[in-house]
Amino acid sequence: MTTYLIKGARILGGEPTDLLIRDGVVAEMGSGLSAAGARVVDADGLVALPGLVDLHTHLREPGREDAETVETGSRAAALGGYTAVCAMANTSPVADTAGVVEQVWRLGREAGLVDVQPIGAVTVGLNGEQLAELGAMADSAARVRIFSDDGFCVADPRLMRRALEYVKAFDGVIAQHAEEPRLTVGAQMHEGEVAARLGMTGWPAVAEESIIARDVLLAEHVGARLHVCHVSTAGSVGILRWAKERGIRVTAEVTPHHLLLTDERATSYDPVYKVNPPLRTAADVAALRAALVEGVVDIVATDHAPHAVEDKECEWAYARPGMLGLETALSIVIDTALDQLGWDGIAQRMSRTPARIAGLTEHGLDPAVGVPANFTLVDPAARWTVEPADLASRSRNTPYAETTLPARVVATFLRGEPTVLDGKATK
Amino acid sequence: MIRHLLSAGDLDAATATLVLDTAQEMASLADREVKKLPTLRGRTVVNLFYEDSTRTRISFEAAAKRLSADVINFSAKGSSVSKGESLKDTALTLQAMGADAVVIRHSASGAPHRLANWIDGTVVNAGDGTHEHPTQALLDAYTMRSRLGRLSGLNVAIVGDVLHSRVARSNVLLLHTLGAKVTLVAPPTLLPVGVDAWPAETSYHLDSVLPDADVVMMLRVQRERMDQAYFPSAREYSRRYGLDGARMRRLPEHAIVMHPGPMNRGMEITPEVADSPRSTIVEQVANGVSVRMAVLYLLLGGKV
Repeated sequence: MTTYLIKGARILGGEPTDLLIRDGVVAEMGSGLSAAGARVVDADGLVALPGLVDLHTHLREPGREDAETVETGSRAAALGGYTAVCAMANTSPVADTAGVVEQVWRLGREAGLVDVQPIGAVTVGLNGEQLAELGAMADSAARVRIFSDDGFCVADPRLMRRALEYVKAFDGVIAQHAEEPRLTVGAQMHEGEVAARLGMTGWPAVAEESIIARDVLLAEHVGARLHVCHVSTAGSVGILRWAKERGIRVTAEVTPHHLLLTDERATSYDPVYKVNPPLRTAADVAALRAALVEGVVDIVATDHAPHAVEDKECEWAYARPGMLGLETALSIVIDTALDQLGWDGIAQRMSRTPARIAGLTEHGLDPAVGVPANFTLVDPAARWTVEPADLASRSRNTPYAETTLPARVVATFLRGEPTVLDGKATK
Repeated sequence: MIRHLLSAGDLDAATATLVLDTAQEMASLADREVKKLPTLRGRTVVNLFYEDSTRTRISFEAAAKRLSADVINFSAKGSSVSKGESLKDTALTLQAMGADAVVIRHSASGAPHRLANWIDGTVVNAGDGTHEHPTQALLDAYTMRSRLGRLSGLNVAIVGDVLHSRVARSNVLLLHTLGAKVTLVAPPTLLPVGVDAWPAETSYHLDSVLPDADVVMMLRVQRERMDQAYFPSAREYSRRYGLDGARMRRLPEHAIVMHPGPMNRGMEITPEVADSPRSTIVEQVANGVSVRMAVLYLLLGGKV
């Protein structure tokens, strides 16, 4: 293994420090380090963060390799500063057996750009009727700990209760896509003034909030862990705050796009802005930002959702929901919340806490001697313009096309090996 | 200058008035022996209809033909994704055929806006999903103005399924622009969340609105809405929001009754009302051709 000497990195924005990376770990730290034969990486002006961990990624493989593969999604993740991603289960076939989760896990290892941690489906085929073999997935080589029917809500309250209870046996967590399906039949966008004007069927905030309220009470009742995916409304924040004050074991994520974009974007009828849950109002965006700073919402997760061109270049109603996120997430969070969070707060919400929720013990650790060398180097002064064609993802459905964003990932290291150097993927 | 007519909101008061005045000139043609103008000779107008709507398609077809345009009717029923060609590919095909204007009817809100991104010609929205139907609003305004002599200051009640109505959305925007006062009357379930932001009043009570109305516009209410719990039964809907003879007699003497068609007789309107002298329903159809002639003439002639 090559030895790397990182010169002058500011760990969490602190004083410039040298890091010697050898045998997959941080071997030495200090100033004026030197090492014969080491490859030197000039990190002058760069901020070192623990490698980012995404709790919510759609890699589309198996099934929609035309939209994304484990490899292309992994490359996008590495370029975004990630060292681990959790791959959602709504593939084709669905990741509801040990076989499929092991396949995804193995593809991730082969790509070798980030650690791909598969998420298992809660129910067979995401149908919401029968529990998938959660224990078999937990015991598989993929060691699944997060289970989610994301894309669909586990709407049946009895089934949700059982799932929450059952995974306690192996310290699992249910990641709920909170959407009461009876309230979102035909829904296209946030229900409110803009939807009324545009003549689109509304996705009411209460469809999310009512499920979160139900689920935190279920989690309390059975003493289980609950994770809430992509929280999108101010009302959800209020319920989560209440639940946390009661000591309920609930964590929650917000996506970068819900921290920045509003339902006004739908005025163009361009389905690149169609996403589930939908973009909400400016008041929701403000509440989510405040909740992320306060810690009521624990983490940022991308909900990276690649879609083939033909699934977006069409009428809004026929387009698939979802947007790319891995390569822009850190920039959006820096843009919207660095002032209030600081680098430590960003590390907490994009690396340490998601790693803890996912049970990824080698991730989410600040660079320190003896620690696995999973980190990323960020140029906070850089600005870059998003060119969809230049993204590593196989798909192009970014809502930030031609937008100039702050901060750029210069290098990412996974177990001591660079996956990104000089802003380019190493493989 | 506007290139497309996608929303009634695209028209300012001066432009909307120009359309109505032009329509009036076009209407005078109908009394002549030769009903044709050479204005759009050599131009191609495509009627791209993804939904069945015989009356709207025929109206646009007659309008284009009276202006001597070549008319191509392109019926593309069914969703573009599940069956055959995508909207974009269809757009590129029409573009290659040299369509100067595409009149589009589509079940998806915003489809005309998407189409306008992909072709160079003019796009006219002939009804998109539950969004808008701007030429319907123009012909309604034309009908009101010809019956009542003005639009400014009129009290217009629009009654029924506002939530799913493209006619209501376009009428609210256009009538507001032209100075009329609109009141939307519906059960609360059939008014959209967010309707407060519209330039219109709302009421749940038809009877209280009628005595001050100059115009009552009844919207079609589909019986299927009952199954989605928007109202308990067709009979209850009719009792509370239908316009029958007794209610009609509470209107001021001069007030008119409109309906964009097709009607559900016995549901939102009784035959007594639909066939009464106050009813403008047949006139609306005739006015539709004149207004659509005006729209095509002005847009393709670069006059607005």
